[in-house]
Amino acid sequence: MPRTLPSPTPETQHFWDGCKAGELLLQRCIPCEKSYFPPRPFCPHCASRVVEIYPASGQATLYSYIINHRPRPDIGTEPHAIAVVTLAEGPRMMTNIINCPQTPEALVLDMPLHVVFAPQNDDITLPFFAPVDAP
Amino acid sequence: MKPGQIAVVGAAETTKLGLIPELSALGLNLDAALNALADAALKPADIDGVAGVGDQPGWVASQLGIVPKWIDSTNVGGCSFMLHVRHAAAAIAAGYCTNVLITHGESGRSQIAPARYAAQPASLSGQFEAPYGTYAAFTMFTIPVLRYLKDRGATREDLARVAVVQRQWAALNPRATLRTPTSVDEVMNAPLIAYPFTKPMCCLVTDGGGALILTTAERAKDFPTKPVYILGSGESTECPMISVMEDFTTSRAFRISGKAAFASSGITHADVDHLMIYDAFAHLPLYGLEDLGFCAPGEAKHFFREARTAPGGSLPMNTNGGGLSYMHSGMYGMYALQESVRQLRGTAAAQVPDAKISLCHGVGGMFSAAGTIVFSNQA
Ligand SMILES: [Zn+2]
Repeated sequence: MPRTLPSPTPETQHFWDGCKAGELLLQRCIPCEKSYFPPRPFCPHCASRVVEIYPASGQATLYSYIINHRPRPDIGTEPHAIAVVTLAEGPRMMTNIINCPQTPEALVLDMPLHVVFAPQNDDITLPFFAPVDAP
Repeated sequence: MKPGQIAVVGAAETTKLGLIPELSALGLNLDAALNALADAALKPADIDGVAGVGDQPGWVASQLGIVPKWIDSTNVGGCSFMLHVRHAAAAIAAGYCTNVLITHGESGRSQIAPARYAAQPASLSGQFEAPYGTYAAFTMFTIPVLRYLKDRGATREDLARVAVVQRQWAALNPRATLRTPTSVDEVMNAPLIAYPFTKPMCCLVTDGGGALILTTAERAKDFPTKPVYILGSGESTECPMISVMEDFTTSRAFRISGKAAFASSGITHADVDHLMIYDAFAHLPLYGLEDLGFCAPGEAKHFFREARTAPGGSLPMNTNGGGLSYMHSGMYGMYALQESVRQLRGTAAAQVPDAKISLCHGVGGMFSAAGTIVFSNQA
């Protein structure tokens, strides 16, 4: 059983194309310069339609998480963390933390992370995050 | 709309609660509706407004032979019923309808003809949350709490204390699902569902339903039941994606809804004799106490450390046992409203002596919505 994978829409296609190409693409507003996520063709801060797509640094910190202990064969060996990270550019996103024990001792809030792209099939690559000091 | 202009004149839950394999989700709505109609001594023909989540009010009306002049099918999750009460009060005050029936029914445990809620893969939740393993409330509602605990200086034991206090109330309630007293140690050592939450920190999964009937305060005097007046209310939403919640230590929807409820009712926190804060998970009463302004950020833990919301405490809260110990069919808001009405009628199993004002606060869809009602038994 594979994990549930996203079906891109016209508003989000660039993000998933970016992940496939190894880039974490964010959007930002030209007039107010704020970054935002998830994708949309206008700025959620000032409603301007003048926005641009740009590659983010891929750096993030761990904002919060849970460790699921219920069976999820599609996600793999449980327990597994479901996390929300704060990107260096400001926006937050949900993800999984890899290359790291799935324990409260190893998963420390505010720890530095970086993006790791994980292809799921020919079309979809998911952005996961790993500790910066992970092997 | 002025405080006290609209009243609850009918209120009832399903005949049974907990395990009800003989009724579908729609059947639970109808069982509760018939009980509420009997409570108010009304016939379906007397009802001219209906509310419930999604397609349910349409089904309820057609099954009972009600001809609605007003419908509200708001579905923002478990607090939808607080919003239905608020919207119905405004509609009655505006003259759109006279007697509104609000119903809820959910076959949460038996899953007899249940409603289905799953994120579509092309929705924003389906693209940006579901791929990482979110699928049920315990993998989403729970995600903010480690940030709350760290920033607010609280601990997992504080979550456990919420569950312990709720069980103390449930022990006094014959209709509660879990009535055996528990302890912080027992809750902490129970199986993990989603760290940091153990099983007793998560809501029950049960079958049940409830219904309310609202009308004008003027007409309420002619009913057999003691009127429970609506003094004020509030509602709000944030984003349906938990990862987009602007601050994991406080709910914007809670703050806006609560502020509106206090302002419209004209009451102060000291006026609240009885409190319901929707507890789908043990952290929600902590957020609720802070975001509704009962204490400063970070101080809610002391309510539980000092047993202030427990039986005999200064602020009785979740007196039916709550979603953790009373029942939780999936959308618990209706049961919180029912307990507020019982307390103000003086008919609760664990009755708060001389309760005059009850504040009932609901949360919906993983912190994405909130609704708050201030009730009183004095117009
Ligand atoms: Zn802007």
